[in-house]
Amino acid sequence: MALEDLYREVILDHYRNPRNKGHLDEPQATAQGVNPLCGDEISIELTFEDDKVSGVAVAGQGCSISQSSASMMTEAIKGKSRQEIEELATKFRAMMSLDEGEDLNLDPDRPGSVLGDLEALQGVRQYPVRIKCASLGWNVLLEALEN
Amino acid sequence: MIDLSHLKSDFPVLSDGVHFLDSGASSQKPIPVLDAMDKFARTSYANVHRGAYKLSVASTNAYEAARARIAEFIGATDSREVIFTRGATTALNMVAFGWGLEHLREGDIILSTEIEHHANLVPWQMVAKRTGATLDHIPMTDDFRLDLDAYEQKLGPRVKIVAVTGMSNVLGTMPPVRKIADMAHAYGARVVVDAAQLVPHSPVNVVDLGADFLAFSSHKMLGPTGIGVLWGRMDALEETEPFEGGGEMISDVTLHDATWAEIPERFEAGTPPIIEAVGLHAAVDYLDSIGMDKILEHDMELTEIALKRLGDVPGVSIQGPPDTVDRGGVISMTIDGVHAHDVSTILDESGVSVRAGHHCAKPLMRRMGVAATARASFYVYNTPDDIDALEAGLRKAGDLFGVS
Repeated sequence: MALEDLYREVILDHYRNPRNKGHLDEPQATAQGVNPLCGDEISIELTFEDDKVSGVAVAGQGCSISQSSASMMTEAIKGKSRQEIEELATKFRAMMSLDEGEDLNLDPDRPGSVLGDLEALQGVRQYPVRIKCASLGWNVLLEALEN
Repeated sequence: MIDLSHLKSDFPVLSDGVHFLDSGASSQKPIPVLDAMDKFARTSYANVHRGAYKLSVASTNAYEAARARIAEFIGATDSREVIFTRGATTALNMVAFGWGLEHLREGDIILSTEIEHHANLVPWQMVAKRTGATLDHIPMTDDFRLDLDAYEQKLGPRVKIVAVTGMSNVLGTMPPVRKIADMAHAYGARVVVDAAQLVPHSPVNVVDLGADFLAFSSHKMLGPTGIGVLWGRMDALEETEPFEGGGEMISDVTLHDATWAEIPERFEAGTPPIIEAVGLHAAVDYLDSIGMDKILEHDMELTEIALKRLGDVPGVSIQGPPDTVDRGGVISMTIDGVHAHDVSTILDESGVSVRAGHHCAKPLMRRMGVAATARASFYVYNTPDDIDALEAGLRKAGDLFGVS
């Protein structure tokens, strides 16, 4: 596995230029999470309109995988309902799963790719210790949705 | 230059050419250590201090021989001062809970440091909460040393114990333990040293060092996991209560009370790590066959090369003393624009193993204003080749992330 498969340009771009970074004025749901093993931190703030995500902001610090994954996630969930987000999260987890991930035949460039840029993260699956980096943002998001 | 390259073949794990630079977390095991444990388990193993049969006697003799050998290795005058524990963390907790709970009251001060590993910090936080004692810290100077002027200011009759590292696992800094201990003793305070990094990498004589307690782990000094040592000066151990109760540590037990066995048994409740003690014995023999002064010099030579070479890599900052004065072979670094985890993953692809993260020293990370560092640490089996690979990997990380 070449490092270039892990550190795809789109990942590095989100790492250097994180989308939706910062805080919302009046968030309706929030959650924070850390990975105690490595110290990566992510906080998420959400607003909703008609039960769909209208605003999202992410703050935190950590490695390129955790931060780019969270950045891509914010783009993927805007305008989506809770149920749609949960379906996305399930697909993302499947992509990260060592057992199921192999069969998804993912390609971010193919027409209609469900996860969009996020599919660039599938290389992480080959680096098991980094899977929890990629998953941190999603775990915090699901917690925020429960709040 | 001290050449220890002939030792590499003693370490089976390194045979595939990995550049192992994480001995600060745990060291590899040489064949003599593996063989000693294997042979003992195959020929002489039984529980210690119990059976009247030959195997148990042989096992007890081996266990106690390990104790005597380790006492000799650290210059202890009495082998009863060597207590086998599960590791340095357990040893430090034994001091915090066995000595601290017994002797600390509200108004007393525990002095730790800003550069401490969590193992010599968190137990003291716990004991401070339970006793009402105050926890204070010796600060770090901007050149990564302990601020001894501030230490002097903080010392006073209320300070009851000083908990200090012998060598920082993040910075490599070796604080002047003798001086710190003498200053503490002038106020009647006890001194406990986290020597998890110091004992594997430097000659240590506990009498010269002047501390009251010293903790270290076997697995960081070529020995097996699961065993470590608490050394305590006899008078300090005598005022320490056992931290665990159970078998082996008692003199007599009734349904409502018990009296303690002698030192060191009173601190070794339950079946101890017997095979591991034999392994640690072999590790100490191995280290002494090289010579601890030579090991320190070897580590320093590699550190000097690495400091020079890594400082030239674009974006790299060394988080630690920039020279080899009072310093061990641990180099923490950050690269602008590349997180330590990414550095570690990229280095791993080049066969270089380094640790990335906060190294169980989060307060120190905050003090330095960094979230994480990548850390290379050297030991007997490392050679300048490993530094070549490290440097090349760091340049590769910088290139991949566009650092210039």
